[in-house]
Amino acid sequence: MKYEAVIGLEVHVQVKTHSKMFTRVAAGYGHDENTLTDPVVLALPGVLPVMNKAALDAIIKAGLMLGCEIAPVCKWDRKNYFYPDSPKNYQISQYDQPICLGGEVEIELPGSARNVMGEHKKIPLTRIHLEEDVGKLNHGAMESLVDYNRAGTPLMEIVSEPAMHTAEEAFAYLTSIRNTMIYGGISDCDMEKGQLRCDANISIRPVGETKLGTKVELKNLNSISFVRDGIAHEIARQIAVTESGGTIVQETRDYDGQTGASQSLRTKEMAHDYRYFPDPDLMPVKVDEAWKARIKAECPEMPFVKQRRFFDQYQVPYTITSVLVPDRELSDYFEEAAKLSGKSQAAGNWIVNDLLRDLGAAKLPLADSKIKPAHIAALVKLIDAGTILNTAAKEIFTEMFTTGDMPDAIADRRGLKATPTDAGELEQWCRDSIAANEKALAEFKGGKDSAINAFKGPIMKAAKGKANPKLVDETLRKLLASM
Amino acid sequence: MSSELFYKPVTELSSLLEAKTVSSVELTQAVIARTKAVDTKVKAFNSFDEADALAQARASDERRAAGQARGPLDGIPVGIKDVIAVDGQPLTASSKMLANFVSPYDSTVTKKLKKAGAICWGRLNLDEFAMGSSTENSAFHTTCNPYDLERVPGGSSGGSAAAVAAGEAIVSLGSDTGGSIRQPAALCNVVGFKPTYGLVSRFGLIAFASSLDQIGPFSRSVEDAAITLGAIAGHDPLDSTSFKTEIPNYRDELKKRKGPWRLGIPKEYFGQGLDPEVAAAVEKAISYYEKMGCEVKNVSLPHTEYGVGVYYIIATAECSSNLARYDGIRYGHRSKDAKDIIDLYFKSRAEGFGQEVKRRIILGTYVLSSGYYDAYYLRAQKVRTLIRQDFLNAYKEVDAILTPTSPTPAFKKGEKAANPLAMYLSDVYTIGVNLAGLPGMSIPCGFSKSGLPIGLQLIGQPFQEAELLSIANAYEKAHDWATITPNL
Repeated sequence: MKYEAVIGLEVHVQVKTHSKMFTRVAAGYGHDENTLTDPVVLALPGVLPVMNKAALDAIIKAGLMLGCEIAPVCKWDRKNYFYPDSPKNYQISQYDQPICLGGEVEIELPGSARNVMGEHKKIPLTRIHLEEDVGKLNHGAMESLVDYNRAGTPLMEIVSEPAMHTAEEAFAYLTSIRNTMIYGGISDCDMEKGQLRCDANISIRPVGETKLGTKVELKNLNSISFVRDGIAHEIARQIAVTESGGTIVQETRDYDGQTGASQSLRTKEMAHDYRYFPDPDLMPVKVDEAWKARIKAECPEMPFVKQRRFFDQYQVPYTITSVLVPDRELSDYFEEAAKLSGKSQAAGNWIVNDLLRDLGAAKLPLADSKIKPAHIAALVKLIDAGTILNTAAKEIFTEMFTTGDMPDAIADRRGLKATPTDAGELEQWCRDSIAANEKALAEFKGGKDSAINAFKGPIMKAAKGKANPKLVDETLRKLLASM
Repeated sequence: MSSELFYKPVTELSSLLEAKTVSSVELTQAVIARTKAVDTKVKAFNSFDEADALAQARASDERRAAGQARGPLDGIPVGIKDVIAVDGQPLTASSKMLANFVSPYDSTVTKKLKKAGAICWGRLNLDEFAMGSSTENSAFHTTCNPYDLERVPGGSSGGSAAAVAAGEAIVSLGSDTGGSIRQPAALCNVVGFKPTYGLVSRFGLIAFASSLDQIGPFSRSVEDAAITLGAIAGHDPLDSTSFKTEIPNYRDELKKRKGPWRLGIPKEYFGQGLDPEVAAAVEKAISYYEKMGCEVKNVSLPHTEYGVGVYYIIATAECSSNLARYDGIRYGHRSKDAKDIIDLYFKSRAEGFGQEVKRRIILGTYVLSSGYYDAYYLRAQKVRTLIRQDFLNAYKEVDAILTPTSPTPAFKKGEKAANPLAMYLSDVYTIGVNLAGLPGMSIPCGFSKSGLPIGLQLIGQPFQEAELLSIANAYEKAHDWATITPNL
């Protein structure tokens, strides 16, 4: 029998705010244990939560970017359970009135080859809500220590509909969410720092069946590749269990990325009763049109929308856009270079092939690049005007990268500009070259345009490599036309 | 009125301080001496910090000497219920769970009191985590009613009421979730004021039931209540449920508002279970208002009978969650012989919490459980809305409502301790005010034949504290119940 998997993802995204969700103390990562705390974070007797407006702004932005409906009124609920990483032993979350409803995530599946754009799909969302993160347990041999630095960090939970069917789709979904959050400045989504975390609900059913099978929740898919591998593993496990005559048990399983295996954490019978109820310490939140409009104005263009615009506006190929678009900063860099140079394809090539390679080798972020869009534009223009040749351009690029000087200055300094040649001399070199290559002449006259290139080598040699290639081409064509 | 310093009201003391007839140090020493003399009998305090109080008094005297006195409360010792955080002082909630806890921060109310120059004085006893009506649920000791040491002072703010009644504090702060200020005030012959929900910040008040809790003052006069309330009221950015509203000068308002008022008498508050002596005293007070020209009319609060039931669902639900933080992990009592984390939770909480607290946590956990939420919590919230609506309907016809505060005068220690339901019913007249979020107060209105104080409850409209205080003030001016101090 053939099976189809049904996958829904719950993605937790830490919101990048200065302070915590319900108190003023700073949020952050990598600080000494329990230094990002205050009486509210530690849940001392008598303290009360106060909402962080910046976190609300951020989730509204996420919601608007993903096409969610922003609820006019949402409220806070307490999710009650005991665990040492939770200082109050309840988490402030949103249960039945989340701030964002519906929406969708556009994803791109892998194409048939690296340079071919894959299929695009839209994965519907159920909701996005805001809550607070918990602390961290560090287990020793004889004791466990709690670090509350992370506790109270604003955390968004993005819940998809059970609408994905392969591990690849889940992977693409998570990638798209990550790109969107980074684009919006909502989160850095560094999975190593726990800024993006993912749980998956997975079931299988025979192809053609519409009823959902028994779902298994897979936890701790804490790297983007674990998501793909963990889900693939779980689908295979469920098929194997079913085919050997077993039944899938509704349970929560813990995925171990190191071993690639999962083990049961708890079954449905052991599931928590969270005893949700409205938090009496917090008022409901009303989001009016003005608030939404203010955030809407701050929303950047979505990555895939930008990609389609780049195709139309700049005629850049997928191989270039697929590198540019996931990185908002790089996309902006490209657009500036494309506009300044008027040669978007050439600018795109220099950025994606040369600049990224050199930045990667030097382990530099784009922001620290000495080559700015103006440099790229100037370089592209010099080449286009025939002032410099491609080989010289590579040399100039390397020097720009280290010095940040403009290409014109470097070319001058290093004598890399094509020499302005005497028209008569050039014409003579051209005549000599044509005369010396009867075969190419015959081919050119026979209609093979590229045969013209055969004449160029000897001319360049005669000019010691400094002839303006554009002028050479023009002169040759003029002469050939008259022959 | 006794002539001792510690029995004088704020209004008089502030004049003496201003005239430099007495210093704050002298006043504070008088209160400390009184406390040392009588608290072995009354047991209103869990602890007090003499050196700290005197240091605050000296600072007040220095301010005054420099011409920088801050108003009527500057230099006045204010007792603080041991459920309100004071920076650097113990904060126990009269629970074994927090027996050794010291607060590293100030509540908003104590911050405001300090700003007004008041001296935060002592940690006053209560029923553990403010759950109870007698202080018998304190893990440390039961406070005695100063008017009859065999009897309870009421609760949960029994220590706050008894301290003011016994001259161990000039005024004090308590908290009121279902009557915890008004009922002990009635039983101890003092004024107790529970503000409109949201008028006074809850930041720093150990939460029992967040949607019902309010902090309020105890005093020996209505004017003192007005002064103290004025010092602690107002919006607080640290409490999202605090209300943005202008705080009038309540003391000045007392002088402006003379009535006559339209007063409502709800028949539901004068039925079965009401002690005849209490009924007689309250009816006499009502007839005084009639004589002074007030229009007294019958009103109906038809959902009153559901109050206690609704209260014990909502309050316990909230407390089951609010008290989850006391787990022995970060602070508070931690069991010494726990084997693992679950065992640590069970043992720490089993050892740290008393019977009544456990009973309410279990009840609250039950009503919030999956499958029961709709039937209990959700339905209770709906009835709560009806109860509030009852009051708002009545206020279309009247300015305030008058009732007994407590169905009986102070009862004997142990009398109701074994019967939680009987204990719960002692709050039957006070609970509705919390459910409806209204301001309510109790003022002395007489004594039983055996010499036990009786309180009159006045219930006002939301945020109409000034009006409510004025109505109470009109009665107080013509009566001298407060001058009858206990024999200690």
